[in-house]
Amino acid sequence: MTAPALRVRASRRFGDCVALADAALEVAAGTVHALCGENGAGKSTLMRVVYGLERADAGVLELGERVDLARHDVAGAQARGVGMVHQHGMLVPTLTLADNAALGHEPVRGGRYDRAAAARALVAAAARLGQRLDPDALAGELTVGEQQRAELAMVAARATRLLILDEPTALLAPREVDALFAMVRAFAAGGGAVVLVTHKLDEVLAVADEVTVLRGGRTVASWSAEVTAAEIARAMIGGEPPPPATRPPPPRPDAAIGLAIDGLVVPGPRGGGVVDVTLRVAAGEVVGVAGVEGNGQRELALAIAGLAPVARGAVAVGGVDVTRAKVAARRARGLAHVPEDRHRHGLVQGASVADNVALGRLGEVGRGALIDRAAVAALTAQLIAAHDVRPADPSARVDALSGGNQQKLVVARELDRPGLRAVLAVHPTRGVDLAASARIHARLRDVAAAGAAVLLIAADLDELLALCHRVVVMYRGALVGELTGAALAAPDARARLGAWMVGATP
Amino acid sequence: MTGRARTIHLAVVALLATMAVGSVLMIVAGASPLHAWGQLLRQTLGERQGFGQVLFRATPLVFTGLAVAVPLRAGLFNIGGEGQLTAAALACAVVAAALPPGLPAPLAVLIATAVAFLAGAVVGAATGAMRIYRGAHEVIVAIGLNAIIAGVALWLGNRSLFVGESTRTATIPAAAQLPELGLAGSSASVSALGALGVAALVAWLLARTRVGFTWRMTGQGLDAARAAGLPVDRARVWAMTVAGGLAGLAGAHFVLGHKHAYEDGLGRGVGFLGIAVALLAQGQAMAIIGAALVFGVLGQGGLAISSDVPKEMVDVLQAVVVLVAAASLGRRKR
Amino acid sequence: MSGFVASLITLGFLAQVLRIAIPYVLAALGGTLSERAGVIDLALEAKLLMGAFAAAVLGYETGSIAIGIAGAAAAGVAVAAIQAFWSVRLGADQVVTGIALNLGAFGFTRYLLGVRYGQGANSPRFDGVGTGVLTNPISWIAAALVALVVVGLGQTRLGLRVRAVGERPDAVAAAGVSVARVRWLAVLIGGALAGVGGAQLSLPVDGFVAEASGGRGYVALAAVIMSGWRPGRAALWCLAFGLADAVQYRMQTHGVGLPAELTRLLPYVLALVLLAAWPRRVAPPRALGQPD
Repeated sequence: MTAPALRVRASRRFGDCVALADAALEVAAGTVHALCGENGAGKSTLMRVVYGLERADAGVLELGERVDLARHDVAGAQARGVGMVHQHGMLVPTLTLADNAALGHEPVRGGRYDRAAAARALVAAAARLGQRLDPDALAGELTVGEQQRAELAMVAARATRLLILDEPTALLAPREVDALFAMVRAFAAGGGAVVLVTHKLDEVLAVADEVTVLRGGRTVASWSAEVTAAEIARAMIGGEPPPPATRPPPPRPDAAIGLAIDGLVVPGPRGGGVVDVTLRVAAGEVVGVAGVEGNGQRELALAIAGLAPVARGAVAVGGVDVTRAKVAARRARGLAHVPEDRHRHGLVQGASVADNVALGRLGEVGRGALIDRAAVAALTAQLIAAHDVRPADPSARVDALSGGNQQKLVVARELDRPGLRAVLAVHPTRGVDLAASARIHARLRDVAAAGAAVLLIAADLDELLALCHRVVVMYRGALVGELTGAALAAPDARARLGAWMVGATP
Repeated sequence: MTGRARTIHLAVVALLATMAVGSVLMIVAGASPLHAWGQLLRQTLGERQGFGQVLFRATPLVFTGLAVAVPLRAGLFNIGGEGQLTAAALACAVVAAALPPGLPAPLAVLIATAVAFLAGAVVGAATGAMRIYRGAHEVIVAIGLNAIIAGVALWLGNRSLFVGESTRTATIPAAAQLPELGLAGSSASVSALGALGVAALVAWLLARTRVGFTWRMTGQGLDAARAAGLPVDRARVWAMTVAGGLAGLAGAHFVLGHKHAYEDGLGRGVGFLGIAVALLAQGQAMAIIGAALVFGVLGQGGLAISSDVPKEMVDVLQAVVVLVAAASLGRRKR
Repeated sequence: MSGFVASLITLGFLAQVLRIAIPYVLAALGGTLSERAGVIDLALEAKLLMGAFAAAVLGYETGSIAIGIAGAAAAGVAVAAIQAFWSVRLGADQVVTGIALNLGAFGFTRYLLGVRYGQGANSPRFDGVGTGVLTNPISWIAAALVALVVVGLGQTRLGLRVRAVGERPDAVAAAGVSVARVRWLAVLIGGALAGVGGAQLSLPVDGFVAEASGGRGYVALAAVIMSGWRPGRAALWCLAFGLADAVQYRMQTHGVGLPAELTRLLPYVLALVLLAAWPRRVAPPRALGQPD
């Protein structure tokens, strides 16, 4: 038997937080290996160690031969034929694709960087994967899908031994996922090894030969034969997975409109944004917005929340126009916002849990020009208890909380309040563990059942199909398709939504 | 580390670094560090008159320190204390000199102080507005305003306000003059007590009020504060406005409590020194009193040993403190 | 008045503009390099001042203009080294670091003058490079450096890495390039440029005067910002500031227009008005000010 393409054991701590506790992984040449685990299980950290981006405190690394982990770096990993496509992409937006591809290996002629040679090399590499791309295009002007394809071409051109793909499908429509997996299989058939970092179990079953599961920084299971999704899920969670989310009862036919969006136009970067969106969400209704990231969902959300200027059109909450209203006025009208980026828009990271509660609830805890500290303490204690935020310490700094607990805090502050009319939730369970996800789904369901209009923007079709009464698809800034009722429950719903996500017309 | 532990940690590191660099500068100048530090401390903390001078020097530093601290907590950097102080001092001296005779002393002081606060606040507001509504970097704007205000003040003085051939405005009436504390003939005046009161007021503002909360949240997480509906733009302009007013109070201290007029070059460097004071105190209003005393000791002590070591040593030590603070403000803030 | 206008259309005036612009230009080029690599360069004032000081003192002590200029570059590098250590290694707040260095340079130069010459106001006078432009080696060095920075940033391997590291340092690290090394290089080279710019503040006037930089570092940074972090345009903006400065000197000598106290403010007023009103279409380097 030949040596494996990759064998690694590694431990790593960040301060008090153990990211890897002797996590182990072995990948045979010619195979596709899925590395699974919940958010925070250490998947990305382990792969960053292999790629030389992260130091390990202790461990062993073999890439065909023994590698000294203490002196391992990216250049060394690349020299041994390792390539990695990162979860959030690693392209410099202000450089061309050719410049990006050349970075670190720049061809030089006559003392100057040879841009033309870099462009030729990239075009050739892409052609080997059957792709065509413009080497002179600025990376930042491409869609996220195009960026990812270009990055794959760059990385695959250098990787001969091992290709690491970290959550590669998060930004892709179902059809694009199929194309990616075909490429992955071809790479493995050519004798290379692939590590696919993912938490989506259907992908694992579709493409992987072997599966390893990490939990809390440890390797807890590994299979090389047939395995079921349920087995993987149990290993990831270390117990039974929570029951899937359920839809709230349908809205009453005479329900008032909680959130109305009329002919909305919101400029976005590089001519993107919202082109023309009209959408009404009734009280008690959950409407999902599906779509590949970068098709205007972000601008739509920010405009509803009052954080992006609207070029044309109108937004109304509970029948009152708020198009030009300030954020505070929208909130007072009963709009809640669970933002896409909880680190940036959701919570003040350096401040305490109590301050972050007061932040969104000043109307309730303010007394004229002063802040009633007793009221803040009471409200914080109540929200912590009701939503199981851990640690249950009002004075803890928010950045000491896990991602799931941070998101629970945001959801508690935003949704657990009087006078709620409309809820805007954007990727509410992204980067959140399954237990917290289940609580968040249940909470969204409850506020809808209690009469709030819920607009749920998410990339995960499973989430949308489980929770929503109606799902619309956003493509290039406009709504291109809608499924509701029986059509949404039909077996072909996923395929139809997926087709619209890449531009098919209904 | 908790906030308090971090403040103490920073102070200890800053003081050690100050002593180390100061000792090197003493040795280079040919003085014995042991003797020079001894002299420096003895002539400031060891005698009543020297300590009075320390209080006198620390008083305006409390004001300019607060003038840096408030915007710092709100996420802005106020390096415009020099210009704010100058504008305020000139306005204060001119108005005080023009007060009708026979005005009761408390009222005269109140009016002159209010004028100083307002004049400084206008400069601060302009800086803040340039930053928030025009996107111009507040440091460059403030440096530009410092130079412009200094030039305009000199021009106004030469043109009409300075008395005779001097570079000094008319002396303000006795009713507007602040009494000295009477510490062994030192220049310390009751404005020192005012500084304590204002520091306490700012501490209360930051901890208990809606505007203080808005400043703190804006400084720690601008986007999250905006998304939660706080008026972050208005709050930041207000932070710079209040800061300008606080720096203006330092101008009032010099005019009402010491010079009893505006002079060219009055309070020069005190605005910049406020940066070191605020950073040493980590933006904590009450800690600023202690930080101001430290720089009061260094400034007064530097004068006391200036025959052995150039008094600019203190300017270098001030930079050392700011450098240490810069390191602690960086990564750990996240 | 007509004498004043006529004096503006002479070769002598052009030479004056260039002479005045050189410190701005070199500081702005240095600032552009540093900021494109992601390090906020508020320490330009310190680099100019230390450069001016080193050039004058070394020039006076050794009698060599060449050593003076080299010393100016070294002084700029020394300030930049502290800045880089603080910004890159310690991850310090870059705005506060820059201001600390500026305050420190003001005190340090005066302190050294006091220790060496017994007073803190100026260095002893000596024969510098004179006020001519063509006879001044710094003019030629500056012209060469403008070309070098424009070509270097746009067309060399290091230039590509500098531009990348100011936008997405994580992407540069993922490409196997040391982010810290690129930033150190950019900041140190920038320091050398600004230091040489400082030499122009003392060598043509035969000595160093305390606070000789007089806010030029901040004005140069304004030029960097208005240029959209592009070196050629930054140099052009600096010529505009040099022009404003030269015009106000002529206004003073010809007694034209406003009193001297106010005409002196022309470059500052210009910088403030432009910062507020000049439309900026180019976003700053995305990682500017971020420790890593």
